[in-house]
Amino acid sequence: MRKFFLKVIIFLCSTFNSVVKSEDKFIIIQSTTSIRDSGFYEHIQKKFVEDHDFEIKVVAVGTGQAIKNAEKCDADILFVHHKPSELKFVRNGFGVYRKDVMYNEFVLIGPKEDPANIRNFKKIKLALEKIRNKKKNFVTRGDQSGTHKKELELWQQINQEIPNNFENWYIETGAGMGSSLNIAVNKNAYILSDQSTWLTFGNKKNHKILLKNDPPLINTYGIIPINPENCPKAKNDKAEIFIKWLTSKEGQMQINSLQKNGTQLFFSFYAF
Amino acid sequence: MDYFFQIFSKAINLILEADSDLFEIIFLSLKVSLTALFFSCLIGLPIAALCVIKCFFGRNILIIILNSLMGLPPVLVGLVLYLIFSKSGPLGFFEILYTPTIMTLAQFILIVPIIASMSIQVLEQILNEYEEMLTSIGANKKDIALTILWDARFPLVTCVLAGLGRALSEVGAIIIVGGNIAHHTRVMTTSIALETSKGNLELAVSLGLILIFLSLSINATVSALKKLSKEFSYD
Repeated sequence: MRKFFLKVIIFLCSTFNSVVKSEDKFIIIQSTTSIRDSGFYEHIQKKFVEDHDFEIKVVAVGTGQAIKNAEKCDADILFVHHKPSELKFVRNGFGVYRKDVMYNEFVLIGPKEDPANIRNFKKIKLALEKIRNKKKNFVTRGDQSGTHKKELELWQQINQEIPNNFENWYIETGAGMGSSLNIAVNKNAYILSDQSTWLTFGNKKNHKILLKNDPPLINTYGIIPINPENCPKAKNDKAEIFIKWLTSKEGQMQINSLQKNGTQLFFSFYAF
Repeated sequence: MDYFFQIFSKAINLILEADSDLFEIIFLSLKVSLTALFFSCLIGLPIAALCVIKCFFGRNILIIILNSLMGLPPVLVGLVLYLIFSKSGPLGFFEILYTPTIMTLAQFILIVPIIASMSIQVLEQILNEYEEMLTSIGANKKDIALTILWDARFPLVTCVLAGLGRALSEVGAIIIVGGNIAHHTRVMTTSIALETSKGNLELAVSLGLILIFLSLSINATVSALKKLSKEFSYD
């Protein structure tokens, strides 16, 4: 009996060791959920592993949390979408530099019936103002993610205070983009989303895009290698290889080729 | 209501078309939770036996703590483990963050109190029945502990299964410490959370059905074994 237990323990330890041994063949990217949920990494990885000997492990959380995790050195690369926060991250010595990678846009999602009647608006700020004045349901993520920060910036630019989450119409979910979309769909509410998450979202029901193509809605994604001076264990050489590849012609073409139902999800930042 | 049934019929189709990705996820779930369960029993059962047979200092306090830790919030466990094992945390040099190892550790912490607490109840009962007899034949503490653990094996299985149930169904801790990384730390429950957030409700439900089926078959196997071995032991 004792021998049996000993064998089991040794077996378990060895399975763990195999996990530890394969440790060095990857880099960890702290990323936003929008990039993962669209299938971006599977698409990129497919091409990337063709001529590289390491792979990419992605931890997808909101931009705010991704930055916090990266500050704690739990990443080799930070890949998010809120430029001011990214620049601050680099300025504070956590990242080496910030490089633009790609962009798409934020879109205003709402119920087909459009209770605030904003479907003919071209300007996001006017639409938000009307939703607010009419007190129609609006879902906010409230999690310091890139999308949430964008939304707060827009409210501020309307020159009004940020709506208070005690107000019945302003629903703060504190959840990721997809979970918030699920809530918006069921609450008959408006919501700001990045385009790729919405296009790949599977539970649209009665909701659709009501406003897009407004310059303030641009959504840029920047990539940052973690500073090895601050995090000695960060795999800077591998991170540089990946970033160089992603912003090369090959990487940028791969980004452009990602589609969902015939719509391109991300647009390369560099033209070749 | 129609929508609800549609989801279920789609879910069953998905299960029938199961691919290797799905098996990978199921396998990792089982590996993490069963390993956590094994180590929890290794630690939890002796603690329980010790609490029952020995009157050491702080015994009652330990029992109270174990009882209240049964309701430990998984998210808190995940968060604390994350802070400890983060590369800039005190134990960051182990480099086990975002690996199945730390997921096992998280589940271990969550289920040790359950197994220990529930076993204490069971063992106390058995000890009440046996104590006089065992002391009269001059058994020492160690023999008593082993005897009651062995004789309580059938009710103890229930305690262990409760622990396994908690481990298999837990999501809050492992999504933080594991990171839900595709092909590395993605398990059943984190996949369900992910697919729900992507709005793929059919897929999420089908994964849930598989999870239920899994724990159903584990429980069925155990109860069959229980019955079988009981029959043998009465011979």
